[in-house]
Amino acid sequence: MMNNSGASAAGSSSGSGEGQAPRRNSKRPKYSRFTQQELPACKPILTPRWVISVFTLVGIIFVPIGLVSLMASRDVVEIVDRYDSACVPPNMTDDKVAYAQNAAIDKTCTRILKVPKDMDQPIYVYYQLDNFYQNHRRYVKSRNDEQLMSAKKANDSSGCDPEATTGNGTIVPCGLIAWSLFNDTYSFIHGNKNITVNKHNISWKSDRDHKFGKDVYPKNFQNGALIGGAKLDPKKSLSEQEDLIVWMRTAALPTFRKLYGRIEVDLKANDTITVTLKNNYNTYSFNGKKKLVLSTTSWLGGKNDFLGIAYLTVGGLCFFLATAFTVVYLVKPRKLGDPSYLSWNRNPQGH
Amino acid sequence: MPRTGRIREKLRWSKIYTFSCIRHPESINADAGPSLSLSLSLSLPLPGPGHSRIVRCNQPRAHKRKPLDYPTNYISTTKYNIVTFLPKAIFEQFRRVANLYFLLAACLSVTSISPFSPVSMIAPLAFVVGLSMAKEALEDWRRFVQDMKVNLRKALVHKGNGRFSNKFWHKIRVGDVVRVEKNQFFPADLLLLSSGYEDGICYVETMNLDGETNLKVKRSLEVTLPFEDDRSFKDFTATIRCEDPNPSLYTFAGNLEHERQVYALDPSQVLLRDSKLRNTSYIYGVVIFTGHDTKVMQNATESPSKRSRVEKKMDRIIYILFTVLVLVSLISSLGFAVKTKLEMPSWWYLQPQRGDNSHLYSPSTPGLSGIFHLVTALILYGYLIPISLYVSIEVVKVLQAMFINQDLQMYDEETGNPAQARTSNLNEELGQVDTILSDKTGTLTCNQMDFLKCSIAGFPYGLSSSEVEIAAAKQIASEESGGSVQNGGGIDYWENGGSGFGSSPEIELEGGITCKIEKPRKPMIRGFSFEDDRLMQGNWMSEPNPGTILLFFRILAVCHTAIPELDEETGGFTYEAESPDEGAFLVAAREFGFEFCRRTQTSVFVRERYPSSAEPIEREFKILNLLEFNSKRKRMSVVIRDENGQLLLLCKGADSIIFDRLSKNGRMYEADTSKHLNEYGEAGLRTLALAYRKLEESEYSAWNTEFLKAKTALGPDREAQLEQAADMIEKELVLVGATAVEDKLQKGVPQCIDKLAQAGLKIWVLTGDKMETAVNIGFACSLLRQGMKQIRLSPMNKELITQDANKAVKEDIQKQITNASQMIKLETDPHAAFALIIDGKALTYALEEDMKHQFLSLAVDCASVICCRVSPKQKALVTRLVKEGTGKVTLAIGDGANDVGMIQEADIGVGISGVEGMQAVMASDFSISQFRYLERLLVVHGHWCYKRIAQMICYFFYKNIAFGLTLFYFEAYTGFSGQSVYDDWYMILFNVLLTSLPVISLGVFEQDVSSEVCLQFPALYQQGAKNLFFDWYRIIGWMANGLYSSLMIFFLNIGIFFTQAFLRGGQTADMAAIGTTMFTCIICAVNMQIALTMSHFTWIQIVLVWGSIATWYLFLLAYGESSPLVSGDAFRLLVEALAPAPIFWAVTLLVAAACNLPYLIHISYQRLYNPMDHHVIQEIKYYKKDVEDQIMWTRERSKARWATKIGFTARVDAKIRQLKGKLHSKVSSLSGQTVVATPPPDVL
Repeated sequence: MMNNSGASAAGSSSGSGEGQAPRRNSKRPKYSRFTQQELPACKPILTPRWVISVFTLVGIIFVPIGLVSLMASRDVVEIVDRYDSACVPPNMTDDKVAYAQNAAIDKTCTRILKVPKDMDQPIYVYYQLDNFYQNHRRYVKSRNDEQLMSAKKANDSSGCDPEATTGNGTIVPCGLIAWSLFNDTYSFIHGNKNITVNKHNISWKSDRDHKFGKDVYPKNFQNGALIGGAKLDPKKSLSEQEDLIVWMRTAALPTFRKLYGRIEVDLKANDTITVTLKNNYNTYSFNGKKKLVLSTTSWLGGKNDFLGIAYLTVGGLCFFLATAFTVVYLVKPRKLGDPSYLSWNRNPQGH
Repeated sequence: MPRTGRIREKLRWSKIYTFSCIRHPESINADAGPSLSLSLSLSLPLPGPGHSRIVRCNQPRAHKRKPLDYPTNYISTTKYNIVTFLPKAIFEQFRRVANLYFLLAACLSVTSISPFSPVSMIAPLAFVVGLSMAKEALEDWRRFVQDMKVNLRKALVHKGNGRFSNKFWHKIRVGDVVRVEKNQFFPADLLLLSSGYEDGICYVETMNLDGETNLKVKRSLEVTLPFEDDRSFKDFTATIRCEDPNPSLYTFAGNLEHERQVYALDPSQVLLRDSKLRNTSYIYGVVIFTGHDTKVMQNATESPSKRSRVEKKMDRIIYILFTVLVLVSLISSLGFAVKTKLEMPSWWYLQPQRGDNSHLYSPSTPGLSGIFHLVTALILYGYLIPISLYVSIEVVKVLQAMFINQDLQMYDEETGNPAQARTSNLNEELGQVDTILSDKTGTLTCNQMDFLKCSIAGFPYGLSSSEVEIAAAKQIASEESGGSVQNGGGIDYWENGGSGFGSSPEIELEGGITCKIEKPRKPMIRGFSFEDDRLMQGNWMSEPNPGTILLFFRILAVCHTAIPELDEETGGFTYEAESPDEGAFLVAAREFGFEFCRRTQTSVFVRERYPSSAEPIEREFKILNLLEFNSKRKRMSVVIRDENGQLLLLCKGADSIIFDRLSKNGRMYEADTSKHLNEYGEAGLRTLALAYRKLEESEYSAWNTEFLKAKTALGPDREAQLEQAADMIEKELVLVGATAVEDKLQKGVPQCIDKLAQAGLKIWVLTGDKMETAVNIGFACSLLRQGMKQIRLSPMNKELITQDANKAVKEDIQKQITNASQMIKLETDPHAAFALIIDGKALTYALEEDMKHQFLSLAVDCASVICCRVSPKQKALVTRLVKEGTGKVTLAIGDGANDVGMIQEADIGVGISGVEGMQAVMASDFSISQFRYLERLLVVHGHWCYKRIAQMICYFFYKNIAFGLTLFYFEAYTGFSGQSVYDDWYMILFNVLLTSLPVISLGVFEQDVSSEVCLQFPALYQQGAKNLFFDWYRIIGWMANGLYSSLMIFFLNIGIFFTQAFLRGGQTADMAAIGTTMFTCIICAVNMQIALTMSHFTWIQIVLVWGSIATWYLFLLAYGESSPLVSGDAFRLLVEALAPAPIFWAVTLLVAAACNLPYLIHISYQRLYNPMDHHVIQEIKYYKKDVEDQIMWTRERSKARWATKIGFTARVDAKIRQLKGKLHSKVSSLSGQTVVATPPPDVL
């Protein structure tokens, strides 16, 4: 350790035979292409050809998608009818809240809808609420999934405040979401015939099968001092209460639609449909609109041009860019790998 | 343990030495005077504070009890120990603002304020902090292992009864008597008792302490001389009273009490830890200071924790993001308060009147709710702050460090040391270095002298032609032949690396010297690289002046203070000399056939070998006087009497001094010799002139009496008298010749400096050595060259002992600096280069507060700066001045303990490993085994690491902004209630799993250009030094990109999923569906973004980028299959709802494309019309233009160097200018005389 030949250079010399410390090759790093950072690599560069082709390609893909989406959206026929203010009796328009809260008043209301175009079955019936914060944190958290799932946890109401218990015990289903269940009802007459609204399978299958128990029955529901929304049939298990299941999937935005049911009848253009509805749900307190929506669907879902327009915009922009780059490139081309663009050639004094 | 050293008979050096180490009988008496008076106050410690240490020599028990139980010799440089690790390391971790924020968030997450579940806050934090702490622990463990290596060295310690045995260093205690053998390090600070020399002197090499290479003489007290073997320590006792531990290396105050007598001690009796015993077979010493009390450890400062500039800037960005976070939270909570106050009362479905005791959603106290909500919001938008940024950077840096450690091209076969990144947090700083401050000895040079050339009687000998001449000649030749390779000469030269110049092995230089260019010399003999057959094997006999040559050799063999040592294995001699040059001379003399073989008290014996006789003749030269070398005299002489009785004065010394002392008829060769000396000097060789004088008996004896009188004189002017006496005889000399010794540079140093200079780096040399040596090295490294204007700053020689001497000197320095600055300002020649050479003394003044900025601006204007005779402290001060004054990144490189201060002070400290002495390496951030590896470390690894880290950080901010802001937009739609649209698990995984690996792969594997190109185009390095990739423009650009992406992601999703059904089955999208789709868009967009950012795809990047996207879908699948109690609304979401919905896939594609569009436009446009250097080079490489058009490639490579005024290339350029100038004047004069219309060559 001490006698390192390298350091005793000071004049000590004995020809070539001076003891070299034995080579300690143990510290020698092992060669591998990985450790030497020499792994084979693909090093693509953005040549003008690439740039133009990429933009063109995106345009080619996006514009048709946009057109197809737009067409799909246009194929959808949608009837939207706002009824919240129209269904208030003229004498109570000044105090809509009182109207809504007064259980004694009959809330029945009749609306006539006109079918603008042919609508093939199934036609979906939605209710649309506006300015309703189903995504409020207090609201979203106020539920208990365990209780909904199995009867064993029926007494578990943690997280359900402030709608967890009544004087009689735990509420099933507990929480604000269930408590505020939407309770307007609609019935349709087409011509003279009543149209049945099929309310089966309007919720997610997995919700019915796994999240809402077949052995869980409503208990103490809407028995408290405050009545929120709809009441539930205590005889039916939660997994059969599809309105509740749909309602319990909270919407992301304060304006939302929820599926009410399906009409399995084809409607022709200019048909009229009479809707008899019970305007029970109080949206007047918070100035929320209520709408009834009848809509067909396409492969893309409901009526919304946004997707198509967005695709067309991006696709169009890409076409434009491809052209712009082509033009600019033709006007002022740069030879690739042209050394005159190197910084030391561009401004030699810059060094 | 008997060694070769014991064979040598004991010499009494004081007989030979003239100046420093004589102890006069009188002076001992003089010492006795004060010691008597001291003995009166025996029991008292030395007066004054800080002198309370008492050492009881050879009484090990005395130091086991209080108050004398001094610390043991155990040293520890670790930051933590087992107990303190946890609290200290955790404290360190939470000093980072971001981590503290996340800790608070994690604490709050258990309350109902938090928008997230506790596990989603605590798990990532624990992961991140745990990983950093693990790294910290690993690094500390490495330090511990290093310490233990030192602690477990062994030393011979007196065990009692005159027996010595080996003991670990860390077990040595104060008062122990130790025996140190030749070439061993002192284990602690020792008091020298006796040595292998009869008069108790020993030689010490203090390179590790102050970087000085010459040996220092220490001497023991007369009284302890009898203790000269193991047995004599049986009954030895003494008491030392001395100063307390302090960091001053050059002072020591204390006294030794032995047998009731008190003797004063001074620094010349103290041997310091980490210095090394040289030229002395053994010494005995008693331990005074141990472990952390030793002077060297006292000098050690706590290694500062360094952070790179990029990281510091990153902190600022984090602060900006914090500001954004607070701002956004304030908006959010204000919105919440307003909504709660005004609207919530009407939201009956929330039952606002039934507050659950907390005031979280209470319309009656909106202010309070708002404040609570502020906390919620601060946690919710925490995703703006990339929690995993620090840990990702740390992972990346460790991997980058691994690549540095594993780089075979920085592995030194000779010492077996690979490069080592000792702290990994400075990798990217390597790519931004502006100034390199380098130590000389051991860093640039190997501290080995090689005899290379000589000039005897006006004839130059020694064939090795200077490399500069070769390169310049070659280039001119190629230009004149109209060769296509232009300007590439200098570069090609290095790249061929001595494998010859291909087609033209012989080049005719201007001077008509034909020099053969062969493979790099491989000196068979250490210290001797001379190549010229005219002098070897006795051929000198047939040269013109054999007599002078003989004299030359004899001066080499006789005029020195070395001791020969027989190597028993080879039968040859090795020499123990005070300075390496002397050793080289003796080796040279031996090779010429004049082997110095024996020294006695009075004579030197030389075996002279002549071709005429087979057996060497042993001649005795009686040494009558020896006039030593010192830095003031700059010469040494001996007066000898040869076998014929002839009296001779042989003298060697600095040429200027010798030339002044030549006699009239001794100047025969002066002109030729001084021409040769200039050439040697230009080539960076150390030169000495040799001269002699014949003395008459009478003259000598007259002088000798004078000299003896001076020698025995007393008092302060003794030295002056001695000098005067020496002066009297060292005159009327006859010049014999001159020697040129190469201070051997480490392999590849000039090339490396050249490349570094081309990369635009400035190089300062800070050395403890003499100015001459430093200047020589400056020439050898091409930091200096002929024609460069040297500005030398040194204090006036006048030693004014007046009150305002300091002031006068200071004013003088001030004036020198001002003048020099003026001179530089007035310089008009663009090629003019200045070199600043400053002396340590002048530096003391120049570094004072009021002058240092002026000094710095002068130094910055100079092409190269060399500071000589600087103390370790000054090295650190200079480093600090450069660092703080210029605000640029400094790198300090050194190998010895004297460089520790500078290494710690600089932004990056690099230690040279492989040489003994670990202090520099231990204090360093990176260690390499050779200076030349610095090029690769900076130009390749630094460049890569800088770009990688810069891109990585920018991307991190981008992705977190893109993600975090979507949360904010969503808040506006939830009445600012603090609800997140994403599942908690998505959020945890976002930073930890789904986006971290691609960015880590970017940070580890990205290469803009290959390592070869980095080295071929050193100017690319300036991209880092100019900080092109982490400037505010770029950072803000990335942030804007993040903002844009967040807007796209959120509003496209909201618009598309607005209210309508998203499936043929009529179901509308709920929060889980929208959140998941949005999150999918984010994952795709940011991963696509990183793919666009990368330019180098190995399978790893491809796998990681695609893998991240795939992982997201797989996770979604697995999460959906878990219990609905865990996954909630995400239960079977992908399978049942999203995957069957074409709109889900359509949105992902649309958003991913839309998000990346602006970036794509930006990089396409930039590359097309404003390409950066690496873009063009990538293209050249891509189209293999470098292979097709090699001329262009070579031309660009030569242009790609930073126009530099230092380095080999600059020197070649200067030489070319000079030669062309000459040629030009020749041609013009020719054309002036003859009216023949010969057009001048194109080159002009």
